[in-house]
Amino acid sequence: MTELAIRAQGLSKLYRIGERQPYKSLRESIMRTLAAPFRAGERRPPETIWALDDVSFEVMRGEVVGVIGRNGAGKSTLLRILSRITEPTRGRVEVYGRVGSLLEVGTGFHHELTGRENIYLNGAILGMKRAEIERKFDEIVAFAEVEKFLDTPVKHYSTGMYLRLAFSVAAHLEPEILLVDEVLAVGDAAFQKKCLGKMGDVARGGRTVLFVSHNLAAVQALCQRAVLLRSGQLHLYGGVDEVVSTYHAEISSAEGSLAARQDRQGDQRLRVSQLYVFPLRGNPGDAVRTGDDTIFELYYENRSGQAVRNLEVTIGIYDFLGRAMTFLENAPAGVRIDTDAERGSFRCVVPKLPLIPGQYVVNIQLKEYLAVIDWVQQALAFTVHDGDFFGTGKQTFTRVGGVFVPQSWAHRARAKGQPEP
Amino acid sequence: MNSAEPLPLVVIEPTRRAAALRLGELWAYRELLYFLVWRDVKVRYKQTALGAAWAILQPLMTAAVFTIFFGRLAGIASDGLPYPLFSYSGLLVWTFFAQGLSQSSNSVVGSAQLITKVYFPRLVIPIAAVLSGLVDLAVALPVLAFMMWYYGIWPGVALLVVPFLALLALVAATGVGLWLSALNVEYRDVRYVVPFLVQLWLFVTPVIYPASTLAPLLQRLGLPAWLWGINPMAGVVEGFRWAMLDAPTSPGSLIAASTVTGFALLFSGAYYFRRVERSFADVV
Repeated sequence: MTELAIRAQGLSKLYRIGERQPYKSLRESIMRTLAAPFRAGERRPPETIWALDDVSFEVMRGEVVGVIGRNGAGKSTLLRILSRITEPTRGRVEVYGRVGSLLEVGTGFHHELTGRENIYLNGAILGMKRAEIERKFDEIVAFAEVEKFLDTPVKHYSTGMYLRLAFSVAAHLEPEILLVDEVLAVGDAAFQKKCLGKMGDVARGGRTVLFVSHNLAAVQALCQRAVLLRSGQLHLYGGVDEVVSTYHAEISSAEGSLAARQDRQGDQRLRVSQLYVFPLRGNPGDAVRTGDDTIFELYYENRSGQAVRNLEVTIGIYDFLGRAMTFLENAPAGVRIDTDAERGSFRCVVPKLPLIPGQYVVNIQLKEYLAVIDWVQQALAFTVHDGDFFGTGKQTFTRVGGVFVPQSWAHRARAKGQPEP
Repeated sequence: MNSAEPLPLVVIEPTRRAAALRLGELWAYRELLYFLVWRDVKVRYKQTALGAAWAILQPLMTAAVFTIFFGRLAGIASDGLPYPLFSYSGLLVWTFFAQGLSQSSNSVVGSAQLITKVYFPRLVIPIAAVLSGLVDLAVALPVLAFMMWYYGIWPGVALLVVPFLALLALVAATGVGLWLSALNVEYRDVRYVVPFLVQLWLFVTPVIYPASTLAPLLQRLGLPAWLWGINPMAGVVEGFRWAMLDAPTSPGSLIAASTVTGFALLFSGAYYFRRVERSFADVV
């Protein structure tokens, strides 16, 4: 018998955008109130955006559901409503059971307090009872591997220890429904592996889990079903494999040109307007084959009129499952870029493209020292076709690993009776 | 999983009318309230070199300055009590109120990190900020006892009223704190208003001078003396001296008026806070 865990009906959330200051000043409010009678009818509605637009779905008890979609598709807003941090503008959700939300690891950790003290504080903030924390205390400490530093203020912890402890407290939360947002995006590979393992335990433990992630491999590994959100609307809800491949088709399709993308981060002094990947002996639009000398070309616009010094361009290449393959960066390559031009382009040539055939996604980031100027995730998807990497006229059929490496082979046969060298 | 066990149902939907106080929910989160108070106290004492000594030094130094300028030089009356004792006793409760008010008014904005990541009744934040001041009050009380012993002044039966007066100070500080902390989310001007407000409020509260100084003024205006109790701290400070130091005053009507305004502030503040809290996570 299956029981309902979550039922969302017509869930919508309206946000105001474009106001420079999200909060008002008292003076402004008073002036506006005083002036109001004199300019009735002149009132202009503020610019708004439906972060969620009429989303309905049901989740059964014990299901593990992935939530995927581009940045700004409404994933985080959905979790924030389900965890009651913010109210929906319209619609309603019925939630059966205690909800625990893990939107960030280490919420409420205080640097001055010791590991022990933070376990209690963080546990209480996440909704655990004191007795519950006491019962699980040893388990939490053991999982985090911080026994020796329990009475040290966490400000002296290494980043790894801090994250382990923070995740450990959260992982021992035992609500009937767990909401998880991108917590695996922090820490090193070992930490991520540990988190993923723990998440797997939770998922198999019969708990209802909603899991937001950009890591499609993790979503596929943990979830049976998935929700695909697109511009605040529920686009598809079904089996995880079907939804993940639909999502991949979505980010691959050319619809919605790069210049029109609004889901960017950074101060926007420069904006990446176009991005092409094509063979050196070819034109934009031509198919890329493994082993080709390949051009990554990126066009930018500068509408701010401000100069940028020592620009750092990063072209991040990810495979189908969201695993980083390699980063192309001008700064480590020893190329300095200063620009005050209105328009321009950067071209990065990769000799003998070593990526194995398959589908890839490109993230673009422009930075000036620590300041992000423009950051577009999934700016482009491209396909690498079979090619002649080794220049031998033979096709490569490799589909394992990620890259080809230039290599040379030698074989020396030893004749009978010849002595050891 | 045992599917026979009934699971609690929570319905999430937009709040339409003025929200209820939902005190039951607040009670369910009492452990979080405890831990937040515990954190505030612990961190405050850990971060400062003198730690708990500040709780004593602050009112004590201020009392010393007041004694020199107002007691000696200006010769302000003190209901027949030694001026140092008079001012320290007043400052003790005043400091609790002023600290609670300032801490709580910044508490919600200061907890933006929590508010945008976890759900809990937001009321616990400003309430915890006020409650943590009780520890400072408790630390500073023995000094008052020592001064009373030194001056040979003993409390009478009215001492029994002291807990009620402490509660009233708590209620008043929480009430004002709720208003200011909620307003602060939307109007960041509040942080500049608070120090100014606290300063002005001190002068309309009988800390430096006794209530008896103002009574003739009110009389001349044809107003009853209890009217001053509209300032809830007037009743608390005057009442505290009467109850603790057996001061020769009769602040009954003053305390009554202060009780009414104190609780009015608390309830109106709590309702206002509840009404606007749903937008905190979006604005803060």
